[in-house]
Amino acid sequence: MTEGLTAPGAGWRRADGPAAEARGKRRRKGGRRGGGGEVAMVDDATFTSYYGRPIIKPPVWKSPDVPLYLFLGGMAGSSSILAAVADVTGRPTLTRVGRYTAGGGALASVVFLIHDLGRPERFLHMLRVFKPTSPLSVGSYILAPFSGAAAATAAVELLGWFPRLKRLGGVGSALFGGPLATYTGVLLANTAVPSWHAAHDQLPYVFGGSAMAAGGGVTMLFTPVAEAAPSRRTAVAGAAIELAVMHRVEHDHGIVSEPYLEGRPGTLLRAAKACTAAGAALTVVAGRRRAGAVVAGLLLAAGSLLTRFGVFEAGLVSARDPKYTVVPQRERLAAREAAALDGHAPTITR
Amino acid sequence: MTTISSASAAFTGNDPENRLFGPVPDVTGQSGYDGDHPARVGFFTDTSVCIGCKACEVACKEWNTLPMDDANGVRDVIGLSGMSYDNTGQLGANSWRHVAFIEQARTVDLPMPTFGRPGDDRHDGGPSVPEGENDESLARAQQSSVLNAEALSEFDPQTGQTGTDKQIRWLMSSDVCKHCTHAGCLDVCPTGALFRTEFGTVVVQGDICNGCGYCVPSCPYGVIDQRKDDGRVFKCTMCYDRLTDGLQPACATACPTQSIQFGNLDELQARADARLATLKSQGVETARLYGRDEDDGVGGAGAFFLLLDEPEVYGLPPDPVVTTRDLPSMWRAAAAGAAMIAGVVISSFVGRRP
Repeated sequence: MTEGLTAPGAGWRRADGPAAEARGKRRRKGGRRGGGGEVAMVDDATFTSYYGRPIIKPPVWKSPDVPLYLFLGGMAGSSSILAAVADVTGRPTLTRVGRYTAGGGALASVVFLIHDLGRPERFLHMLRVFKPTSPLSVGSYILAPFSGAAAATAAVELLGWFPRLKRLGGVGSALFGGPLATYTGVLLANTAVPSWHAAHDQLPYVFGGSAMAAGGGVTMLFTPVAEAAPSRRTAVAGAAIELAVMHRVEHDHGIVSEPYLEGRPGTLLRAAKACTAAGAALTVVAGRRRAGAVVAGLLLAAGSLLTRFGVFEAGLVSARDPKYTVVPQRERLAAREAAALDGHAPTITR
Repeated sequence: MTTISSASAAFTGNDPENRLFGPVPDVTGQSGYDGDHPARVGFFTDTSVCIGCKACEVACKEWNTLPMDDANGVRDVIGLSGMSYDNTGQLGANSWRHVAFIEQARTVDLPMPTFGRPGDDRHDGGPSVPEGENDESLARAQQSSVLNAEALSEFDPQTGQTGTDKQIRWLMSSDVCKHCTHAGCLDVCPTGALFRTEFGTVVVQGDICNGCGYCVPSCPYGVIDQRKDDGRVFKCTMCYDRLTDGLQPACATACPTQSIQFGNLDELQARADARLATLKSQGVETARLYGRDEDDGVGGAGAFFLLLDEPEVYGLPPDPVVTTRDLPSMWRAAAAGAAMIAGVVISSFVGRRP
């Protein structure tokens, strides 16, 4: 942008401006990998930053703790619903497998969540208050009853005690299973991380679909094929939802979709898509044979796991580069100015 | 026992509209304090008089006993950033004030014959004096303050001409936590460790924080951060301990040029508006306020700034929006997604048994 001398800005540039700009451009072009026209356009975006430093702080959440928590929580959530319905409709093996998966996944996810805390011994502080504005607070009140019920149900299933109480526990955990699988999308999206926040209406569906693919896939692994038809259908539907909504996350958000397509997160997400699509296709073709069910189940679980890692790392990439914070905000400002759109006032008073 | 804790003005029962966004006239009252709470306080940081001395950084570290760290927040390391006189680098768990330093250049019209547009060869000493300036306003400007544009252009490298076709200026700005009206960190804190004080500021309670780290990526300004060796998060408290004893925050007390001004927020806003008008009348067209407007994306900041360039030049976001503005929509998506899972699983049991 060229400014007149009396305009705000008045022609001032950082003393080493042009050189730094050229360096940045080369780096961005070099980092690009086989994208379409829209990605090329994004490359030309110019922006200013403070010595290239990030504006927002990247999440301090640890990998693999948090991606694993997202994966295990989703898998456990959808398995618990599968188990509850299987129990009611008289599928004993699917019920048992679903309960073990839900209980094991719930316990492991709690361990990973607590391990990620800076002060793990204070994990009970999560239940001090209830805050609807904090997805982590709401999530704690979903995870606590879910993991309690799912783990207890799995334990009595293992021991063979209290058959009627078992059914109650199974239904109880199933009620919290769906919210557990989708709230994690809100958990990531309700941050200032550009690539997560932009996809805030899609991530819950991505994670919901991914949870069904994982839960269906894992229960398929351990259930005789004759009894596993619901797992297969759930897994295929979940995989389709995950792939469809993830496609929108990757292409609907202009420059902040870029981290989902490039670099390490791009590689992870391409691998995730390959695994999920292959797993779903194999389920349809060979899901009724034991070997086919095992391979397809593993592929679906791997696809779900890779999706969680890919989405997590794309957020980190978008937080570390000031480009993803400044350029969309500038575009937002310009759009509001040009169209006199409804919305908040600019934070700059001239 | 378990209560709905203060989170912006929403869900406290004190604001019938449950505002997650937009201006809030009495943010302290709507966080649950009764009618006779103190007035909301804040910082007005006027960067046009900042000399980059970093007295604020030192005073803050001294008073709050913050550990040493380098420009990347690595604890107990002396490190040079290698980019400018700024070796603090960023706000973080151990740096609650950060003086940004930017050296800028621009080319100016030389008093030489040109073939360009009319006015290109003017001899008026450069662009800091706008067209239409007359003797009367210049005289008024010189009388009003030693910190006026005329004085700056005479003996200050910020706007003084160097004799060549290039001008150099230094921008210095002491950044700090904005103590937002709608604070993302406060909204997302699951333990209630972050709370709004009776002064309308936002503070972390160290004995409650369990280091979940959710506030860190939720701040649109990248202020709050985790101390790795400690596990908990830390940020500016606006010297809550000093405020309760009737003292000013350490940084404002130490600032030698009154670049950092502390006071009641409404008074500071009036002062900032007047300062902006003064600078504009003196021809400093690049001056602007940042975070002053209560209709902005965070409902107005408790610590706001007078800047001389675009916010991103100083490392500030140009259009920050509190992330919880979109939370209702996210919860709807999550609820619909959960229903979708239940629907898909239940319908997968429908059909003939093989």
